[in-house]
Amino acid sequence: MDFIAILSIFVLACCVGYYVVWSVTPALHTPLMAVTNAISSVIVVGALIAGAAEGSATAKWLGLGAVVLASVNIFGGFAVTERMLAMYKKKDRPAAK
Amino acid sequence: MHEAVAVNPWAALAYLVAGVCFILALRGLSSPASSRRGNRLGMAGMALAVGTTLVTHLFSSNIVVDARQVTGGLQVNAGALGEIFVAILIGAVIGITTAQRIKMTDMPQLVAAFHSLVGLAAVLVAVAAFANPGAFGILDAATGHIEPVSRIEMGLGIAIGAITFSGSVIAFLKLNGNMSGKPILLPARHVINLGILAAILLLIAYFVTDDATAVFAAITVLSFVIGFLLIVPIGGADMPVVVSMLNSYSGWAAAAMGFTLHNTAMIITGALVGSSGAILSYIMCKAMNRSFISVIAGGFGAVAGPSGGESIDRPWKRGSAEDAAFLMGQAEQVIIVPGYGMAVAQAQHALREMGDLLKKQGVRVKYAIHPVAGRMPGHMNVLLAEANVPYDDVFELEDINGEFAQTDVAFVIGANDVTNPAAKTDKTSPIYGMPVLDVEKAKTVLFIKRSMGGVGYAGVDNEVFYMDNTMMLLADAKKTVEEIVKAMG
Repeated sequence: MDFIAILSIFVLACCVGYYVVWSVTPALHTPLMAVTNAISSVIVVGALIAGAAEGSATAKWLGLGAVVLASVNIFGGFAVTERMLAMYKKKDRPAAK
Repeated sequence: MHEAVAVNPWAALAYLVAGVCFILALRGLSSPASSRRGNRLGMAGMALAVGTTLVTHLFSSNIVVDARQVTGGLQVNAGALGEIFVAILIGAVIGITTAQRIKMTDMPQLVAAFHSLVGLAAVLVAVAAFANPGAFGILDAATGHIEPVSRIEMGLGIAIGAITFSGSVIAFLKLNGNMSGKPILLPARHVINLGILAAILLLIAYFVTDDATAVFAAITVLSFVIGFLLIVPIGGADMPVVVSMLNSYSGWAAAAMGFTLHNTAMIITGALVGSSGAILSYIMCKAMNRSFISVIAGGFGAVAGPSGGESIDRPWKRGSAEDAAFLMGQAEQVIIVPGYGMAVAQAQHALREMGDLLKKQGVRVKYAIHPVAGRMPGHMNVLLAEANVPYDDVFELEDINGEFAQTDVAFVIGANDVTNPAAKTDKTSPIYGMPVLDVEKAKTVLFIKRSMGGVGYAGVDNEVFYMDNTMMLLADAKKTVEEIVKAMG
C-alpha cells in the first residue's frame, strides 16, 4: 500500500470516529475511555511482529516486553469495561440484593 | 514501495474486519442496552488482529506443487510462539486480576495507568522497529537504511508514545494521591515547553536525513521529559481533560505505528481512539468554559479566589440529619447532585439506600450529573451504576437543569463548583461562564460538605452556602447519608 492509500484510510477512520464518539451517551463516557484504552493496545500487532522476528535479539526482547504491556491493557481494559457495563441497569428490574 | 514484504490479501482483509469490529464496539456504547455486545465485538476484533499477526509471522509454508507431486509443508516457529504465549499469559493474569480488584472510585487512576502502558508499548515497538527494520518491512533495500517516510512515522510514533507514557505516569500519581493534586508551577515553563516541543519536531525532521541512533535516542528522551513537564502544572480539577487528552495521545501513537507497519487495524483504531479522546477533552473543556489551551497551560486553582477570605463571618444555617430526613420525606421531588466528594467518601451505596427509602414514601428521586463532576468523564454515572441506581433515574445537566425550579429539595453531596451561581453572575469569578446546575432555584438546598472552610478546586466561595433556603450538613458524606437513612426508618 502506498502512503496516500494509508492516509485515506486514516482520514476516513477519523471521520467515522468523530460521528461514532458523538453518539456515545455521556453516561457511558468512563466505559468509553476504558474500551478505547483496550483497543488502542492493538499496537500489540507491532509488538508481536518484533517478538516473532529473527535477526535482532534486542528487537525481539523489546517486542516481548511490549507484548506483556499491551496484554495487560487488552485483558485488563476489556475486563474492566465488561465489569462496568454489567452494572448499568434499567429501572424496575429487581436490583440484586 | 515495499517489495520486501509481500502483503497477504487475506491478512489485510482480516485486519480490516478487526478495525470494523472496533468501530462497532464504540457504536455499541450509544446505549447501555447495546454496550455489552459492543464490548464483545471489540474483544473479537482484538483476537482476530492478534491471531492474524501470529499466523502470518510465525507460520511459513514452502509447499511446492510440481506436476503431480506436492512437496514441503507448513512450518511453525515454535520457540517464538512459546515465548509470545508466555508474554501474553503474564499480561493477561496481571490485567484481569487488576480489572477485578479495582474499586470503581479508583477508575481514573486505573485508566491513567493503562494509558501509560500503551505509551510505553508504543515506545518499545518503535525502538524494536529501529533495531530490526527488516522485520517490519521498512528497510530500503537499495540503501540499507530505513525508508525516509517510515522515519517520520517512527519519529512521531515514539514521540507521542513517550509523551503518553510520562504524562500518564504523572496523571496517575496525582489521581492516586502519591503526588499533590495542586498544580506545580516552574518558572518560565511555557518557554521551556515550547522550546522542547520545537526541538522534538526539528529532530524528527533531521531524522529523515540521518537515521543515527543518537538522533532517535534524543527524540525519545526529550519526549519523555516534555510529557512530564506538560502534566505537572495541571491541577486536580482539570484531570478529566488531562485523562481524555492522554487517551487521545495513546490513539495517535497507535496510528503512527500503524502507518509504519501499513496495518489497517492499527490505523483505524488509532484514528478512533484519537478522535474519541479529543472529543471527550472538548466536552470537558466546554463544561468548564475553558479553552483547551488554558487547561494545557496549567496553573488553574493555584491561587485562592478573591472572595475566599471574607467568607468565614457570613451567617449560614446548620441542619441535622433529622431535619434533612423530614424535609425530603415531605417533598414531591428530590434531585440529588453528586460530586467528587461522594466518590472520596464512598457514599454512593448509602445514597442509593436513601433514594430507595424516599421512593417508598412516594417521593420522586432524580440524579443530576454535571459533565465534569468527578475525576474523569462519566465518573459519577459509573459509581451510581455500581450502587444499583437505575440509569434512567440519572440525568445530564442540560436535561434536568430546568427542573430545579419545580423541585422541593436539591441534595448536593460532595459537589461545589458545579453548583456555584457565581458562574452565571460574577464576571470576576474564575469559573464565570461555566455551565452550572441551578440548585439554588429549588425550594430547599441541602448541602453536604466536610467543613465550611474548604472551598472547591477553583478556590472560590459558593453563594449557595449562605442562602436562606440552604441548610448545611457538615460531616463526612457517607456518615451523614447513613444518619439520614436511620432518621427515615
